Amino acid sequence: MALLEINNLHAYYGNIHALKGISLTVEEGEIVSLIGGNGAGKTTTLRSISGLIPPKPGAITLGGEDLSQYKAHHLVGKGVAMVPEGRGVFAKLTVLENLEMGAFHRTDKEGIASDLEKIYKLFPRLAERKKQLAGTMSGGEQQMLAMGRAMMSRPNLLLLDEPSMGLAPVLVEAIFDTVTEINKTGTTVLLVEQNAHMALQVAHRGYVLQTGAIVLSDSAKELQRNPMVQKAYLGIE
Amino acid sequence: MAQTANFSKAVRLGLIAGIVALSVSAIGMVQTFDVRDIITGVLTLGQLLLFSTALIAGYFSWQKGEGVAPVGAILRGLVAGLLTAVPPIALIFLTIIWPGIRNSFVNVSADLIEILTFGQTPVVGSLMLLVVMGVLGVIGAAFDLLPKRIQKPLFSGLLWTLVIGLLSEILLLILRPYTPRAVLNFLFGAKGITPITAVIIFILAVGISAWWDAQGKQAMQQRRAEMAPAKAKQLRRLNIGLGVAFVLILPVIMGTYLTEVADIVGTFILMGLGLNIVVGFAGLLDLGYVAFFAIGAYVMGLLTTQGDLGVGGLSFWAALPFSVLAATLAGIILGVPVLRMRGDYLAIVTLGFGEIIRVLVVSDLLKPYIGGAQGILQIGKPEAMGFVFVQPEHYYYLILAGCLLAVFVSWRFRDARIGRRWMALREDEDVAEAMGIRLVSTKLMAFATGAAFSGLAGAIFASRLSSIFPHSFNLLISINVLSLIIVGGLGSLPGVVVGALVLVGLPELLREFAEYRMLLYGALLIVTMLLRPEGLWPSPIRRRELHAADIDHRPDDSEDAKSMA
Repeated sequence: MALLEINNLHAYYGNIHALKGISLTVEEGEIVSLIGGNGAGKTTTLRSISGLIPPKPGAITLGGEDLSQYKAHHLVGKGVAMVPEGRGVFAKLTVLENLEMGAFHRTDKEGIASDLEKIYKLFPRLAERKKQLAGTMSGGEQQMLAMGRAMMSRPNLLLLDEPSMGLAPVLVEAIFDTVTEINKTGTTVLLVEQNAHMALQVAHRGYVLQTGAIVLSDSAKELQRNPMVQKAYLGIE
Repeated sequence: MAQTANFSKAVRLGLIAGIVALSVSAIGMVQTFDVRDIITGVLTLGQLLLFSTALIAGYFSWQKGEGVAPVGAILRGLVAGLLTAVPPIALIFLTIIWPGIRNSFVNVSADLIEILTFGQTPVVGSLMLLVVMGVLGVIGAAFDLLPKRIQKPLFSGLLWTLVIGLLSEILLLILRPYTPRAVLNFLFGAKGITPITAVIIFILAVGISAWWDAQGKQAMQQRRAEMAPAKAKQLRRLNIGLGVAFVLILPVIMGTYLTEVADIVGTFILMGLGLNIVVGFAGLLDLGYVAFFAIGAYVMGLLTTQGDLGVGGLSFWAALPFSVLAATLAGIILGVPVLRMRGDYLAIVTLGFGEIIRVLVVSDLLKPYIGGAQGILQIGKPEAMGFVFVQPEHYYYLILAGCLLAVFVSWRFRDARIGRRWMALREDEDVAEAMGIRLVSTKLMAFATGAAFSGLAGAIFASRLSSIFPHSFNLLISINVLSLIIVGGLGSLPGVVVGALVLVGLPELLREFAEYRMLLYGALLIVTMLLRPEGLWPSPIRRRELHAADIDHRPDDSEDAKSMA
């Protein structure tokens, strides 16, 4: 059974039909990429999963359990962590306080402490800056912090919304390396990206969204070779 | 070129200071404040207000590091000081040319002109004003030429002399019962302190400040550093014990009038602690906070009054839980519709809520039940084992107990999980939700706790005055409470106390300010926000956030790319 299963999901913003019945699955231990242009419905899909937009109609199940009965704040307890677009760190809190906030729903002090060490190992940059205000860090560091904070809730499924947005190319590469690292420790990742090139390099499988519908789905390798994807998203003529 | 550019600052500041001097004169502040002497026969509060403009303009007329020679600095001070005198002098002559000005500006009276001209003829007086302002400008400018170690003691000497002079009436009130008459007559004039006292205070303050900077501070720090941890802990306990003892015996020292003032301040502290949870901790801007105060007061009034409106005829202690509960419920009721509101919209809705309660209370509709504009009279007094609370001193302890309870609850909540939820909510609602924080209960908890404190304050308030009227619960109270927590430092518990002392206590003590209280509020708010945006006694988080720029070590992206690679 797939970890995350979305079946015929529709979503609306007022009268705008943003998702027109998409279906996708994410298996345990995978990295799955959702790629597509602006307004294709990538972020809407993530928002639906995390309960910020009610699916109507459509079913989202996590490990066989219907997610639509839960509100956004319940999801953390269900093992889903989201890194929102534009990072969304607590700008006026320190790095350490941000990370602690990520473990908000947990009460196991030792587990939190050991996870904190793991995060610092994953992002040495954060360890150097424990006391710094998150808002004074660079975009790349904030992205690391947002990811680290999401990991502090010990998620089974990590939802990443445009992690490469607004970052320098070198940093983008580093961030995607970390995504692979995180995946290796056993966390399933659903990645939404405009940067199709990078997304398909780290992902196992991918879906291509166009104006609210899935037009292609295949292994990441096949998608990279697909002429339509090459032309539209990878800039290869 | 550079020289004239530098002078332009002195000119600008001089003119601004002059316009300030003109304004405070024309609105009657100088004249009203002139009644209070700071140093008997030498300096009145009005003169201080008028002349400080020139002094301040002189002080800021040049800046160290601009490469200004001492002579140049003094010249700039002179220019600023002289220019400060120009607008008031213009006013003096305007009253001669056009006496009708008094019809429009009622405060431009003969008395004011007499103050401005030192009781001389207009021409002589104007010249004197020019000279005095010029000299003050020079003094202000020259002050910055002095080395720092002389500046600081001089400044503290001046400050202490002025503060003690200003508070002389209160000191007299406190000292009178214990001090021989001869000593009092020596220290205090008819109003204000005598010149001799002023000199003594000045010398003492200068001396202590100089000694402290030179040796005392170091010696103290050294002693503290060498102290064994157990002993340091003991010392801290002793300090806390002394503080508690001081607060407990305060009413005995202060006498009835000052205790009354302390009661008012305490009531505002209690409300401030409540609003601090809503605004300071949870970041929900609430402008209708007075509503909960009113509800607490009215429930107490209705349940305990012996008048016709009375319901239940409970005792104070029996009614107290109902007051607090009613306010708490009102907090939740307000909280539910505003759950989805943020920032400005939330402020407007809460403002409306406060007004609704006020309008309901004065309305004819509810008059048969809650008394309308006539209010509620004969509200019950607390009674404990045959002892009835009547005097301000008795209420002092009641309010103190309330404040201590509120401080304890605020402090424990802040450091508990609920405090962390509030912190996340304050920083970013969306991200807080993504962290698994339930917004609904977090917000309602903040509104309910804040309202409970305010209800408690209202209940005690009603009983202390034994009558309440709708006009006591206007928007101004909400604004006052909000101002005091901002001036004290948002989210800081000691800040609430400091804010209440400064914004509620001072105007209450300096009765001349009463008319100009809102002006004082405005000025104080602006000055605080400019000089200390984090408040007088800020919480560590606010301080950090507002001074992040000072410790900025932001690397650029390329640098972190390197370290990551």
